[in-house]
Amino acid sequence: MTTTPTLLEVEEVGTPVAAGGSPASARRILRIVTRDKGALACVLFLAIVVLMAVAAPLITKLSGWGPYAFDSAAIDSSLGGVPRGALGGISGEHWFGVEPQNGRDLFARIVYGARVSITISLSATVLTGVLGVVLGMLAGFYRGWVDQVISRVMDFLMAFPALIFMIAILSSLPAGNRPVLLVVVISAFGWPYLARVIRGQTMTLAGREFVEAARASGAKDLQVVFREILPNLRGSIVVMTTLAIPGYIGTEAGLSFLGVGVSPPTASWGQMISSSVSWYSVDPMFFAIPGAFLFLTVLSLTVLGDKIRTAIDQGEAAS
Amino acid sequence: MTRYVLARLGGVVVILLAVCLFTYLIFFKLSPDPAVMICGKTCTPERIDSIRSVLGLNQPILTQFGEFLRGIVAGRDYGAVHCPAPCLGYSFQTNESVWSMLTSRLPVSITVAVGAAVLWLLAGVIGGLVSAVKQGTWWDRTAMALALGGVSVPNYVLALVLQYVLVVKLQVLPFPSAPAFGDDPVLWFESYLMPWVVLAVGYACLYARLTRSNVIDTLSENYYRTARAKGLGGALIMRRHALRPALTPIATIFGMDFAGLLGGALITETVFGLNGIGKLAADSIAKNDQPVIMAVTLLAAFFVVIGNVVVDLVYTALDPRVRVVSA
Repeated sequence: MTTTPTLLEVEEVGTPVAAGGSPASARRILRIVTRDKGALACVLFLAIVVLMAVAAPLITKLSGWGPYAFDSAAIDSSLGGVPRGALGGISGEHWFGVEPQNGRDLFARIVYGARVSITISLSATVLTGVLGVVLGMLAGFYRGWVDQVISRVMDFLMAFPALIFMIAILSSLPAGNRPVLLVVVISAFGWPYLARVIRGQTMTLAGREFVEAARASGAKDLQVVFREILPNLRGSIVVMTTLAIPGYIGTEAGLSFLGVGVSPPTASWGQMISSSVSWYSVDPMFFAIPGAFLFLTVLSLTVLGDKIRTAIDQGEAAS
Repeated sequence: MTRYVLARLGGVVVILLAVCLFTYLIFFKLSPDPAVMICGKTCTPERIDSIRSVLGLNQPILTQFGEFLRGIVAGRDYGAVHCPAPCLGYSFQTNESVWSMLTSRLPVSITVAVGAAVLWLLAGVIGGLVSAVKQGTWWDRTAMALALGGVSVPNYVLALVLQYVLVVKLQVLPFPSAPAFGDDPVLWFESYLMPWVVLAVGYACLYARLTRSNVIDTLSENYYRTARAKGLGGALIMRRHALRPALTPIATIFGMDFAGLLGGALITETVFGLNGIGKLAADSIAKNDQPVIMAVTLLAAFFVVIGNVVVDLVYTALDPRVRVVSA
C-alpha cells in the first residue's frame, strides 16, 4: 500500500493468546524498550520530532524565521538563486540553510513539515485502527453473511494497486481540504490489512471458554465483543499500529512527493524533497535535510515496532 | 482443477468489472466537470463542448460506462478519430489513443521491473539464508539491522542519494537514459543499474527478513530433525527439507509484489526520468490527463488481480500440503 512494502504487509503479526495484553506485559515492554539502547535512541528521536510538531510556532519564533518568509538576502540571484554560503546556506541565522530561489528557512519548514507528517499519519492510524478493529471483530464474531460482505470488500480493496489508486483519486478530486482527503484515502486502503488479522484472531477467541462463560452469565453480543474479546486483541493491535505508522508517513510523503498530497505553500517533507529534485546537483543540502528527517523518522518507528513485537512475542512464548 | 481455474477466472472478471466501474465513477462522477479536466489547462470552450458530446457525457452514467466497456472489446469512434480494439480511452491532450501510449512505454517498465525483481530475489533470499544458517553471529545481526534500515528508506530519497553520489560526484555511472540493449549493452546495463537497485532495496530487505525467519522455523520442525537423525546432511538436507518449505511462501509473496510493481516503478521511473508507464502516469497526473490516469489505474489493477490468481495456482503446485487438503 505504500511505495515500498512495509513489514506489516508480509510478516505474520501476533498469534491469539488469551494472556495477550495483561497490564504486566505493558510494563514489561516498557522495561525492555528502555533497556535497549537502540530503541531508546529511536524513542528520543521521535520525541524530538513530536515536540517539533507540537511546538512549531514557538520554535520558529526562537529561530527567527517563519516557514513562509522569503529571505532574498540569503540567496545569490546572480547564480540562479543558489543559497549563499557553504552547505546550502547553513548559518547562525538559518540553522538548516535556506531553500534555493526564494530563500525560505529550511529549519522552519522542517518543523512545520513535521506537523503535517505527524498529524496526517496519526489521524490515518487512528481511523485505520478503528475501522480495522471494529470491522475485523464483527466479521470474525458474527461470521455468516456479515463476514462474507466484509471479507469481499477487503479482498476488493487489497486487489487494488493502492498507491496508483490513491494518486488517481486525489488527482481527480477538487483541491478541497487536502490533509483530510489524504487521511481518508490512506485509511480506506489501509484498514483491510489490520482487519484481516483481527478477524482471524477473533474467530479463535470467540470459541474459547471465557467467551462461553460470559455468555452463560448473560452478556449481550456487543458486551462480549468489546469487553471480552477486545482486551485480548490489545497486543496485536499495538504491534500492528506501530508497524503501520511508518508506512503512513512514507505514503503521505510519497503522495506529496508526487504532487497530489499537501498543496504548497504548506510545508511537508515529501513535498520539500520533491522540489529539491531539480536542485540536487548544485544544492545537495536542500534534499539531504528533509530526506534525513524522513528516513530517520520512518527508521525509528520501524525499529521500535519491531522491538515491541519481539517483546510481546517473547512474553507470549513465556506465558 | 479445471473447474477451480474456471471459477477463479470468473472471479477475476467480476473484480475487474468492479474495478472498472469504481474507477469510472470516481473520474466521471466525482469530478465537477470531467470534460474540462480531460481537455487540459489551455482549452477553448468549443473544444470542451465537442469533448462532452463525443464522450457522451450528457448521457446517463451507466450508458457512458457501457460505451467505455464496449470500446475495450470492439473499439470506438471519438468524432472523426477511430480508436481501435482494446480502446481504453483517448487522450485529448496528446491526441493519441491511450492504448498505444501504454504499449509504447511497456518495454522500459518491463526492463525496470524484471531487473529489479531478479536483484531483490537473489539478494533477499541469499542474504536471509546465510543469516538463518549463521543465526546469532555478527553477520546475522549486521544483515538484519541493515535490512531494517533498507525497509525504511523511501525509494525517492535513495534514488536522489545514489544519483548525487554516483553520477554527480564520483561520475562512475551515466545518467539513466533507457537506451536500447542492442545499441550498447554496457551503457544499457549501466543506465538501468540504479533504477534496479532503488526499486529492489526495499523488497530485498523484506525478503531477507522473511527468508531468515522461515528457514529458522523450518529448522526446528520435526521432519527436519527426523531427516537429520536418518543421517542426511549438508547440502541435500538444506535443499530438500529446509529450503523448499521455507521458500514456498516467498514465492507467493513474490508473485504479489511483482504484480503490484507498477506503483513502485512510478516513483523510480519519475526520479530517473525513464520513459515507462510509471512516468507516463506521473506526467499525466501533472497535466491532469484523466483518460491516461484511468487507463494506468486499470492496467495496474489488472496486473494485481491476475497476479493473485497465478500465485494461488502456483502455490498448489509448489506445496504438496495444500494439494492434499484441497483434494
